[in-house]
Amino acid sequence: MSDTSGPILAADGTPLKKKLQQTLFRSRARAFGLVFPLLAFIIIAFILPIILLLSQSVWDSRYADLMPESTKAVAGWDSSTPPTEEMAAAMVTDLVQARENKTIGKVATRVNRELSGTRSLFTKTARSAAKLEAPYLGALIDRDEDWGKIETWAAIKVAAKKFNPSYLASAVDMKYNADGTFEREDEGRRIHVKLFWRTLEISFLVTVFTLLLGYPVAYLLSTLPVRTSNLLLILVLLPFWTSLLVRTTAWIAMLQGQGVLNDLFVVFGIATDEDRFSLIYNKTGTLIAMTHILLPFMILPLYSVMKTIPPSYVRAAKSMGARPSTAFWRVYFPQSVPGIGAGALLVFILAIGYYITPALVGGQDGQMISNIIDFHMRRSLNWNLAAALGLVLLVFVLFLFWLYDRIVGIDNMKLG
Amino acid sequence: MAESESDAAFVEFERVQKSYDGETLVVKDLNLKMPRGEFLTMLGPSGSGKTTCLMMLAGFETATHGEIKLGGKPINNIPPHKRGIGMVFQNYALFPHMTIEENLSFPLEVRNIGKSDREAKIKRALDMVEMGTFGARRPAQLSGGQQQRVALARALVFEPELVLMDEPLGALDKQLREKMQFEITHLAHQLGITVVYVTHDQTEALTMSDRVAVFDDGRIQQIAPPDQLYEEPENSFVAQFIGENNTLEGVIKEIRENGLALVQLDDGELIDCTPVNVSQPGERTRVSIRPERVEYNKARLQKGVHTLKAEVLEFIYMGDIFRTRLRVAGNDEFIVKTRNAPDQERLQPGQQIEIGWLPQDCRALDA
Repeated sequence: MSDTSGPILAADGTPLKKKLQQTLFRSRARAFGLVFPLLAFIIIAFILPIILLLSQSVWDSRYADLMPESTKAVAGWDSSTPPTEEMAAAMVTDLVQARENKTIGKVATRVNRELSGTRSLFTKTARSAAKLEAPYLGALIDRDEDWGKIETWAAIKVAAKKFNPSYLASAVDMKYNADGTFEREDEGRRIHVKLFWRTLEISFLVTVFTLLLGYPVAYLLSTLPVRTSNLLLILVLLPFWTSLLVRTTAWIAMLQGQGVLNDLFVVFGIATDEDRFSLIYNKTGTLIAMTHILLPFMILPLYSVMKTIPPSYVRAAKSMGARPSTAFWRVYFPQSVPGIGAGALLVFILAIGYYITPALVGGQDGQMISNIIDFHMRRSLNWNLAAALGLVLLVFVLFLFWLYDRIVGIDNMKLG
Repeated sequence: MAESESDAAFVEFERVQKSYDGETLVVKDLNLKMPRGEFLTMLGPSGSGKTTCLMMLAGFETATHGEIKLGGKPINNIPPHKRGIGMVFQNYALFPHMTIEENLSFPLEVRNIGKSDREAKIKRALDMVEMGTFGARRPAQLSGGQQQRVALARALVFEPELVLMDEPLGALDKQLREKMQFEITHLAHQLGITVVYVTHDQTEALTMSDRVAVFDDGRIQQIAPPDQLYEEPENSFVAQFIGENNTLEGVIKEIRENGLALVQLDDGELIDCTPVNVSQPGERTRVSIRPERVEYNKARLQKGVHTLKAEVLEFIYMGDIFRTRLRVAGNDEFIVKTRNAPDQERLQPGQQIEIGWLPQDCRALDA
């Protein structure tokens, strides 16, 4: 074999590799053409918005764009010495400009996020900024003594940063200081971490409950004759085809103080009429409703895995002398683990971002992190903080995926 | 202790019936006695009830009526895990999440056998099937034949007296299947275990078993040693199902005093047959003759044997044998098998010949 070093040629003399690529290119191009519309749609309608929104969690150029002079001035300030005349002059220039452009409201809102109470300081001062004369620092302090405080200027310095970790810090109850250090938020203002923990707790409990309820159902479905199991499967899927809102409101009717369940409790003497159980507008309500709604997501992966476990395994175990419980735990259960993994991961990740149900039945202590994200999106209009909270959640979920992959292996998962 | 060990049936089915839907009987009135140490094969087409019988014996199905006894004791109400019966499944049913050793260890662990004892038994069982070096592997890493051996070792490792096998060689290729057939029978006799073996492959049944029970339509059609089953089928079903068979249709003319029956074939020819499950003159019958018992070489034809005219339609050379298709008494599918001997004549299509056979090889069965 003397010509092994040279490339192998196709019949027409072109190298075989090149020829193969040419042939494959056409079929690949056609396949790509078919998926392109969907790909484009997903990129434009899904991936780009997510990237843009998430980028807001660390990027906020509003102050720097609207107040260019003071941004430059505070950048050089060390944030511990008293404010200088130069900074004050730049601030007055910017304030005059912002009032003319009618952007002072946005600026005031932005700074107010770093230090509450500064909104009125900005709007009030801006109204008369045009009449102020040098020396500006004295003039500003004359208008409001807050202008002489270091913390006011520190808040401005933080707000002026374009690439800004303050939102992420606040998403995990930390404070970003003007000198670049972080510290924990005051005791009374630590709300996000607590909410993250509650979200995890609820998601975990919902996962456990759906597993406990779903496993026997999936087992039954997988062992019944096909005709019966198909019928039962439709019953499992029925909630899927019903509006989420309808199902959640149905739970309100079931669980409320004068609801069906409490009435039954009273009738059977489990509760007294004056002292009914509070099953809704709290964590209990969120847990009950979410468990019900997410149950199919647990049953379906379990069912699809269990269907592939032949009954001969358990029979073999029994024929070898294993009691039914031993046969189950040592032979059947280990083989259903891929289904448990898939179902648990699916339910947990869906639960961690659940929104409508806790919003409707959660009351005060049944709220989850998604509800506060919604609050910042629609009420406080602090999109940056909403994005930061979302980013923390996303990173956490990706971490869980990674953990699952390390422990169980993602290729071990069967979704259907 | 009146009964000696050999008389007492080890496995016994007594008037057993089984229905799944309450409308049709899958097993109709099954009676069967097996002595200890026997290798019995249940043979039959799919849906004949043979697997159901096996499952009832294993305890995975309950008999609708009748009694199943093991070692003289009724076992109808004993759950499968307390019956102590080894079982080999069609698809091996090796636990995929356990290694080979763990698979074999399982039946010993549930019997609370100590670790050192377990290891010794596992080693012995694996060596027995020549899989001693594969203990640490997982079932998915073994070939079909190797998995089959492990399944066998697993069914034997806890030393059951009775082992059930449900078409254990069905998934193997022909060569491996023949090798395993030999090994399984060898092991069974060596260990002295009683085996109930289910298959739909008649060659397997004939080569492996002490006795074969032919199932059809929920009943045992015949239960006999292989040679008797092949040479003396008791009804048309068994004759058709076991081996290749030629049939000629006709009517019984008379039953003679020498025990033979005179049969008039549909084309008018008269032949002598051994009557099996026919008794009345005038009754319709199917005459069955094995292809290798038909002779056309005049020198070999015994004197006084009744001969029939035949036309050669096809001659197939198969190496060790010749297979010739004839037209005999209106039947175009009449097959003759002859050994490829130096003096054996090779027939040509179109040739007119005379064929004959011994009356005892020609059995008049139900139509």
